Amino acid sequence: MSALAEADSAPPEQIDLRREFNEVGIGEVLEGLDRELIGLKPVKTRIREIASLLLIERIRKRMNLTSEVPTLHMSFTGNPGTGKTTVALRIASILHRLGFVRRGQVVSVTRDELVGQYIGHTAPKTKEILKKAMGGVLFIDEAYYLHRPDNERDYGQEAIEILLQVMESQREDLVVILAGYGDRMDKFFASNPGFRSRIAHHIDFPDYSDDELFAIADRMLHEMNYRFTPQSREAFVRYIALRKTQPLFSNARSIRNALDRIRLRQANRLVADLDRVLTSDDIMSIEPSDVLASRVFGVVQNRQA
Amino acid sequence: MRVTQGCFSFLPDLTDEQITRQVQYCLANGWAVNIEFTDDPHPRNNFWEMWGLPMFDLRDAAGVLMELTECRKVYGDRYIRLSAFDSSHGWESVRLSFIVNRPKVEPGFRLERHEVAGRNIRYTTKSYAVDLPEGQRYGGS
Repeated sequence: MSALAEADSAPPEQIDLRREFNEVGIGEVLEGLDRELIGLKPVKTRIREIASLLLIERIRKRMNLTSEVPTLHMSFTGNPGTGKTTVALRIASILHRLGFVRRGQVVSVTRDELVGQYIGHTAPKTKEILKKAMGGVLFIDEAYYLHRPDNERDYGQEAIEILLQVMESQREDLVVILAGYGDRMDKFFASNPGFRSRIAHHIDFPDYSDDELFAIADRMLHEMNYRFTPQSREAFVRYIALRKTQPLFSNARSIRNALDRIRLRQANRLVADLDRVLTSDDIMSIEPSDVLASRVFGVVQNRQA
Repeated sequence: MRVTQGCFSFLPDLTDEQITRQVQYCLANGWAVNIEFTDDPHPRNNFWEMWGLPMFDLRDAAGVLMELTECRKVYGDRYIRLSAFDSSHGWESVRLSFIVNRPKVEPGFRLERHEVAGRNIRYTTKSYAVDLPEGQRYGGS
């Protein structure tokens, strides 16, 4: 019996990499990432690298070549609407499939959910969130707000200390992903060196190009069962170019909002004429007038006038 | 005398790994796990104190174990138990409860006999530990 048990527990000498790869099924997740997310070339490359590393790490573990849990905490930097949260969800699923987190849930929080309002409020609040995130991924959006350099008695510091402690001592239970805008995250890391050294992977999210933004819009519309006519397509390309030059542009999020407003105007236009019979084609197509009524075009005309 | 109560009372004390598995079972059933402690070991003592709030919405047992470790640091010389509360309609009660920590020395109970009218006898069980004030039993400071 003991011989059998030994044979079972002995580390394997050889491992078929392809079988291992197919078994954990990260191939699908990576392909899904490539297919469903537009652009983000450097991010995808980076995630592939991390996935390969983790796959090898997993095999090394089975061969008894390593027992250390790798540091998996990450930081995502990039402008608003560049897909940080979406990618965090994918990462959680990759980590779950490879067995580096046990449950694979993503708990997404901001400063409000971690930091309390009075003395003694912060620690229970932070711990509450940490407990919920155990076995999964804790995604801290706009993490730089945790640190308020102008107020040295700010409770954020307390949350940071608890986070750092758990990030170090419970690495096998929890993966923390910090996200935020590039320059402010740099300042945040500069004033909290503990974080920088505990984070293994820094991933930078680039802005989308005009073509990528249009592809995103096209996909969003397709998912909602709408479509551009050739004229409105051309109008929307112009819209993107204009919107990009305006303040508070937040990439894919702005596109989503623009589409929501366009759908509103389309519905309005259809309802305005109650005496007609609608075809599914009418309901699905976006006319140029729906796009051109946008405030963005108005601003340009005002300037020209 | 080794005090037992709740689930697994016929088994030796659970190891942390076994506790983790049990907690994970509770979480998988959607029960909220609570940590309670006391230094009054009487079996009819209903007033255990809670360590923090009931832990709703947890996915993994590591969160409960983190709190348990904290609780043991402070009240390692007392009885600590975990209880799992089922909030679903029709149950709304504790489904599982077991002891996860006990004092090093448990002095046990004495039986007190009360002679009442007609030389009838009424019995009371009393823990030797509760002769001392709360917090000083079991060698606590």
